[in-house]
Amino acid sequence: MSTLLEVNKVVKQYGDYVALNEVSLTVPKGSIYGLLGPNGAGKTSLIRIINQITLPDSGEIILDGEKLQPKHVQYIGYLPEERGLYTSMKVGEQCLYLAQMKGLSKAEAKKQLEYWFDRLGIQGWWNKKIQELSKGMAQKIQFVVCVLHKPKLLIFDEPFSGFDPVNANVIKDEILALRDEGATIIFSTHRMESVEELCDHIALIHKSNKLIEGKLDDVKRQFKTNSFEVGIVSENVEGLMYDITQKFTVSPANFKSLGKELKLEIQLGNAMPNELLQVLTQRGQVTHFVEKIPSVNDIFIQTVSEK
Amino acid sequence: MSIISLIIKREFIAKVRNKSFIVMTFLSPLLFVGIAAFVGYLSSMKAETKRIAIHDESGLFVKEFIAQNNPKSEYKYLDLSLIDSKFLKDSITNENYEGLLLIPNTTNAADLENKIQFISNSSPSISFIEKVQDIVANKITKTNLVEANLDTLAIRNAQSKVNISLAKASGEQSVKGLNEIKIAIGGGFGYLIMMFIIIYGNMVMRSVIEEKTNRIIEIIISSVKPFQLMIGKIIGTSLAGILQFFIWAIIGLSLMFAASLFFGVNVGPTARVSPELMDQAQHELSGTAQMYIKELWNLPIASILIGFVVYFIGGYFLYSSFYAAIGAAVDNQTDSQQFLLPIIMPLMLSVYVGFFSVINDPHGTLAVVFSMIPLTSPIVMLMRIPFGVPLWQIAISVSLLFATFFSVVWFAAKIYRVGILMYGKKPTWKELYKWLKY
Repeated sequence: MSTLLEVNKVVKQYGDYVALNEVSLTVPKGSIYGLLGPNGAGKTSLIRIINQITLPDSGEIILDGEKLQPKHVQYIGYLPEERGLYTSMKVGEQCLYLAQMKGLSKAEAKKQLEYWFDRLGIQGWWNKKIQELSKGMAQKIQFVVCVLHKPKLLIFDEPFSGFDPVNANVIKDEILALRDEGATIIFSTHRMESVEELCDHIALIHKSNKLIEGKLDDVKRQFKTNSFEVGIVSENVEGLMYDITQKFTVSPANFKSLGKELKLEIQLGNAMPNELLQVLTQRGQVTHFVEKIPSVNDIFIQTVSEK
Repeated sequence: MSIISLIIKREFIAKVRNKSFIVMTFLSPLLFVGIAAFVGYLSSMKAETKRIAIHDESGLFVKEFIAQNNPKSEYKYLDLSLIDSKFLKDSITNENYEGLLLIPNTTNAADLENKIQFISNSSPSISFIEKVQDIVANKITKTNLVEANLDTLAIRNAQSKVNISLAKASGEQSVKGLNEIKIAIGGGFGYLIMMFIIIYGNMVMRSVIEEKTNRIIEIIISSVKPFQLMIGKIIGTSLAGILQFFIWAIIGLSLMFAASLFFGVNVGPTARVSPELMDQAQHELSGTAQMYIKELWNLPIASILIGFVVYFIGGYFLYSSFYAAIGAAVDNQTDSQQFLLPIIMPLMLSVYVGFFSVINDPHGTLAVVFSMIPLTSPIVMLMRIPFGVPLWQIAISVSLLFATFFSVVWFAAKIYRVGILMYGKKPTWKELYKWLKY
C-alpha cells in the first residue's frame, strides 16, 4: 500500500504552549485512518495544519508525493467538528459557492450537487435556507459540501455527532463507499465503537505527542495479553481451580451467556492455548473459549492513563 | 472565476439581499426628505407675535420703539407709559405680555444707561435684549450729540463703511463666501467618507462575526486564504455600499425635484418689488451668480474628484481592515466596543479638525499635519484640496496613507487569521499583540 499523506516531525506552538511535538504520521492510500486522542491532545491542530488553515512551526507534510501547497486544498475535503453554514443563504447557492471555492466550475459543481442530493434523498432542499433546516439536515448538507469535489483525502472530525442512528448509518455507508471508490479517509473521533467498525489504521495522540500508530490489527496484537475468556461447567470446581492456578493467573470474568457456567479470565503468560484447554477438558465441559482481544477503547484508556 | 471575485460576489449578493439593507436603501431617503420637508414647514410657519409693554416715564424712547412696529416683526411694542407701573407688573401674566420694559423718569444719560429694566416671566432671547439695548443706546447717543451741539448728519456722513473685495494674484476677482463653498464641498466629501467608513466598516465587522458565530469559517479557510476572504469581504461590502449610496442619490434627487414641484417653491424675487428694482436686483444677482459659477469652475475640480476617489479607497480600506480584525478578534458585537473606540476617535477628530481648523486657516500647521497623518488624512486633506494644496503635500499624504494601508491590512490579516479560529474568550490588547507573532 502506497502512502497518500506523510506528516513529518511537525511542531506547532501557540505562545509557550506546545500543541504538537514532532508528530509524524503515515496515512496509506485507501485507508480509513483513525486519529484518536483525548480532548486537547492536538488532533485539531494537526488537522488544521493538514488543511493549511494554520502553518506548522517546523516539519513538513507530503501529500501524494508533493510537499503540501495551496493548490492541494482541492484534493482535500474537510468536515470540521464545529459545523456551520451561512444561515440565511439558500442550500443550493451555498453548496455551489463552497464547491467553486474548492476549484470546481459552476456547471461541474451543479452536476455533482444534483448527484449527491439525489443519492442522499434531499432533492427538495435546494431552495431552502439553512435556518429552516434541522441540525441533522444541515449536517447532511455539510457532508455533501465536504465530498462534492471528489477529494483524494477526506478528513472527518467527529462525523457522526448530531446524527440520529439511521442517518449516522447512512453517513457510515457513504464513508465506506467513498473509501471503495479510492478516497483516503482520516477520521477523528471519540466514539471508539465506530473506530472499531470502520478504521483499518489508527494513531493515538496524547499531550501533543504521537504514542501509537499502525494497522489496527497490529496495534491490537501489540496490546493483547495472551489471556482467554473461559466458560466451563464442572462438577469439581475446587479441583479445577487448583489445577489452573498451578500454571496460570486467574481472575473472574464477566461475559454474556445463557448457561450458569463458571466464567474465568485466564492469563496464559508464555503458554500455548492448547495447554490450557488440556487442563480444562479434564475437569469439565468447556462452553466458551475466546482469546481476549483488547478493544480500541481498552488501548486508548490504557495508553492515556499510563502517561 | 478567481477565488477573490467569487467571494466579492457572494458578499455583495448577501448584503444586497439582506432585508435590512433593502429597507434602509429605500426608507432612508424618504426619512431624510421627510425630515427636511418637516423642518422647512416648521420654519415657514409664522411665529406668534410677542407683545412688549413699554412704560417710559422719561418719554424719550417710546417713539423709537413704536417706530419699530410692523406687521412682519416678531415683536409688537405697546405704549403704556400712562398706566401705573406696579399695575403693569402685576398684569404681565393676565394680559399675556411677553415682557415689560420699564424706563425711569430721568434724562440723565448715566442713569439711563443702568436703570432700565425688562421684566418678564420667561427669559428673553439674547438677540431681543441686544436689540432693545441698541435702540436705547442709539437714542442716547443722538441726544448726547445734540446736547454737545454736534451735527448728527455730518457725523453720519463722516462714518465710513469698508467692504474689501477679494482678488487673486492672477487678477481675477473673487467672491466673498467662496471659502464657505469650498469648505462645504471638501467637508461634504470628507463627511461622506466618514459615514461610509462607519456604516460599511461596521457591516464588514458584522459579517466577520457572523461567519465566526456560524462556524462556517473553518470550512471556508480550508479552501481559501484568510487574507483573500478578508479582502473579498471588504470589497464586496464596499460595492454594496456604493450601490446603496447611488440609489440614495437617485431617490433623493428625484424626491427633492418632486417636492419642489409640489410645493411650488418660490425661486424668483417677490412680486412686491417694483419692476425696475427687480430688474436691477436680477442683474446684480445674475452678475454675482455668474461670478460664483465661474469661481466654482475655477476650483480644482479634477483634483477634488481624483482626491476623493483616492482618499476614499485608501481610507475605507484602512479602516475596514481594522473593523475586520476586530470582528475576527471578538465573538459577538457587544465585545467589540472596547476595540471600536480607537477607530471612531480619529474619524471624529478629523471631522472636527476639518471644520474648525481648515476653515480658519487651510494651510496652517494643524491642518497640514492632520492632512498628513494617515488616519485623519482622508477627511482633512479632502477638505483642504478645494483651497489648493501643493502637489508635494498631496504626494506625501497619499503615499503615507497607502503605506499605512498596506501595513494595516497585513497586520489586520494576521489578527484575522488567528482570531477567526479563537472562540470563547474576549481577547485583550496584549493577546492581540501576541497573535501577531503566531
